[in-house]
Amino acid sequence: MSESLSTDLNFFQVKKGIISWLFSLDHKRIGLMYLYAIISFFLVGVTLGLLMRLELIAPGETIMKAKTYNQTFTLHGVIMIFLFIIPSIPAIFGNFFLPIMLGTDDVALPKLNLLSWWLYVIGALFALSTLVFGDGPADTGWTFYAPYSVQTNTNVTMSVMAAFILGFSSILTGLNFIVTIHRLRAPGMGWFQMPLFAWSLYATSWIQLLATPIIGITLLMIVAERAFGVGLFDPAIGGDPILYQHLFWIYSHPAVYIMALPAMGIISEIIPTFAKRSIFGYKAIAYSSMAIAFVGYFVWGHHMFTSGMSGSARIIFSVLTFMVAIPTAIKVFNWVATMYKGSIDLQPPMLYAMAFIFQFMIGGLTGLVLAALAADIHLHDTYFVVGHFHYVMFGGTGFAMFGGMHYWFPKIWGRMYNIKIAKFAFALLVLGFNMLYFPMLILGLMGMPRRYYDYLPQFTDLNVLSTVGSWILAIGLITMLVNLINGMRKGAPAGRNPWGSISLEWQTKSPPPLENFDKQPELNEGGPYNYKN
Amino acid sequence: MFSEASNFVKGVDDSLVVILGISIFFLVGITAVMIYFVIRYSRKRNPIATNIEHNSKLEILWTVIPTILVVVMFYYGWAGFTPMRNVPKDAMVVKAHGQMWAWSFEYENGSYSENLIVPLNKPVKLELSSKDVLHSLYIPAYRIKEDVVPGKANYMWFIPQKEGSYDILCAEYCGERHSYMLSKLEVYSQDKYDDWYANELGVSRDHPGLALLKQNACISCHSTDGSAIIGPTFKGLWERTEIVMTDGVEREITVDRDYIRKSLNEPNADITKGFNPGLMISYATTVSDEDMDQIIEYLKTLK
Repeated sequence: MSESLSTDLNFFQVKKGIISWLFSLDHKRIGLMYLYAIISFFLVGVTLGLLMRLELIAPGETIMKAKTYNQTFTLHGVIMIFLFIIPSIPAIFGNFFLPIMLGTDDVALPKLNLLSWWLYVIGALFALSTLVFGDGPADTGWTFYAPYSVQTNTNVTMSVMAAFILGFSSILTGLNFIVTIHRLRAPGMGWFQMPLFAWSLYATSWIQLLATPIIGITLLMIVAERAFGVGLFDPAIGGDPILYQHLFWIYSHPAVYIMALPAMGIISEIIPTFAKRSIFGYKAIAYSSMAIAFVGYFVWGHHMFTSGMSGSARIIFSVLTFMVAIPTAIKVFNWVATMYKGSIDLQPPMLYAMAFIFQFMIGGLTGLVLAALAADIHLHDTYFVVGHFHYVMFGGTGFAMFGGMHYWFPKIWGRMYNIKIAKFAFALLVLGFNMLYFPMLILGLMGMPRRYYDYLPQFTDLNVLSTVGSWILAIGLITMLVNLINGMRKGAPAGRNPWGSISLEWQTKSPPPLENFDKQPELNEGGPYNYKN
Repeated sequence: MFSEASNFVKGVDDSLVVILGISIFFLVGITAVMIYFVIRYSRKRNPIATNIEHNSKLEILWTVIPTILVVVMFYYGWAGFTPMRNVPKDAMVVKAHGQMWAWSFEYENGSYSENLIVPLNKPVKLELSSKDVLHSLYIPAYRIKEDVVPGKANYMWFIPQKEGSYDILCAEYCGERHSYMLSKLEVYSQDKYDDWYANELGVSRDHPGLALLKQNACISCHSTDGSAIIGPTFKGLWERTEIVMTDGVEREITVDRDYIRKSLNEPNADITKGFNPGLMISYATTVSDEDMDQIIEYLKTLK
């Protein structure tokens, strides 16, 4: 860090103009460009979700035809998985805060970082182009299961290519973070002096790097089959549809931990800050991230308990799946124990962290139900599964991301949003979310299969309740976003450390200078959660 | 003794009760502790926090207890599941065919039924086969499902323990009319079943041509009343003049015997304008010329 650059300008002020953003190598600007892009696609995904819920408010046709509905849930899934939840926390907050948390000035490979963002944008354009070009967006579900994905005339090729390109964006971000964590930690920062968010990103990055290529190749195989009639997955031309499912889930189950681990990392930052004490069981949390990432590789078969796998394969995958519950439970106990004898300030980020714990527990515990063979045979491919993964992905990761947004907001923009409105929006979100997704768990127990355009009359009441929940959730989201945008533009100056946080990123100015710290930060000997506030 | 609809209901429901019970206990307990801490250690009540870095005893305890609990959960899941894979030797075999978007059930005498009709208290084995894409045969009241995979011989079995009528649903997404791929499971007393099997199975009041259209799931895409579902309607189809796309070129044809044979053999060769290719499988081997003539006789009646 050269002395000449330590001016009073923050990273927003050093350069102006759209080009200075689009080709910026600054990890903070790239993180924010991800934020704007990801939130935009999230809103597209939310809109599609609201349309689906509206269609399901009554049996029979309500607002769209069956084929349109099938395309809607496919695009909703593709956008939410590949454009929102996989990149969300690592690409936004990982990019922005990992170098600051490590006490360094940027990621190890800034140009590669910019390339990742551009690949993300190109992949996103591919995904959205299906709305305009070809025979409409894919109607296969985001899982692209063969042989239907080989046979349907909708634009599967383009959707699959989008996922392929987005995969590379994800791989390169993972690679970048691994190198950054290995090579650029501030002098004197050992592995166990890293903040837990950095640990969670480290575990995530290895999954991104090692698992994503498998989905890339698998999706190319779909294209080869559609374009050239190579018999890989369609039995009509000599392929094996079960092979596709194995290859798909070998990536897509570990991908669940790409989505969940960074969220757990945010919670591990928020709780010590607002309980004003160091985290309970630092090493247990760090190791459990690595354990989840590792065991998570070997559980993909639980997506295929009804596919006709041999009984012994099903039993082995069931055992392994249950094992993931142990490190996850350890994390939950540690978070709650961190509140014990703390001095808890119930600010919006802390509220989001508590909602995360509650909703993520429902997501995790319903996961145990699905890991049990007998229960899964009944509940597989029903709304129970839809409810379960929305509790994990949205109630867990989504809420953690909102928590992170409210937590790091004053550091990023140097301003504060309206706390009261933030709490009000939070209440709407919790109410709407649970009203939207809890009925799905019951519908699943009653036997309503997923991906149903139309349903039997006994499922009507709970579907109505769920749809009404979606409206409350939407109002909550709008309130939250408007409040944050107002805060960004004209909120009161927040100062260096408005939360009185005890971790390293709050030691620098808000917003941070281009090179993050004016001078090499001094590390605290008492560990990552003991800085002066 | 037989209060459950099938022999698997108890195993599945036991695993659900045990796991949901443990889950609700922990969910409520942890949430209550969390809320208690937030109130008891609020900044007002407790302005100065106490740092506790870790506590080995506690940490070992909350590793060991979840480990024991997941072993218990696994056991219940396994115990309820294992019998589903062990079919009794004397089970009555029915072939269940899944196809976009209808189920059909083929009995030992070679006759077909739209609904699955079985006798009470007798083990039934379903041999699952698909002609096109993935499906999944799901009987919620029986707590069982198994995917129907083209090219793969999957199976499932059960003992019906109560007379009555139950929903059969498709649980694996299979395209546009996935949510309409429904059927019924009817459980008859042995006498009623024997009577049905001898006198009604395969005996159709329908025109023989219509019976063939139903058995081959033609009518789930081609209506008989003039409405367009997925493909062109059968109503008035015979000797109609149509514009079709052949290798991307439009041409006019008249629906005759040759055209119908070609469309059955190579469904994607001539696609009626306004409809999509790729969704129909070939019936070259499943619909014989004699069958086709019966179908044509029926089409002639649909004016």
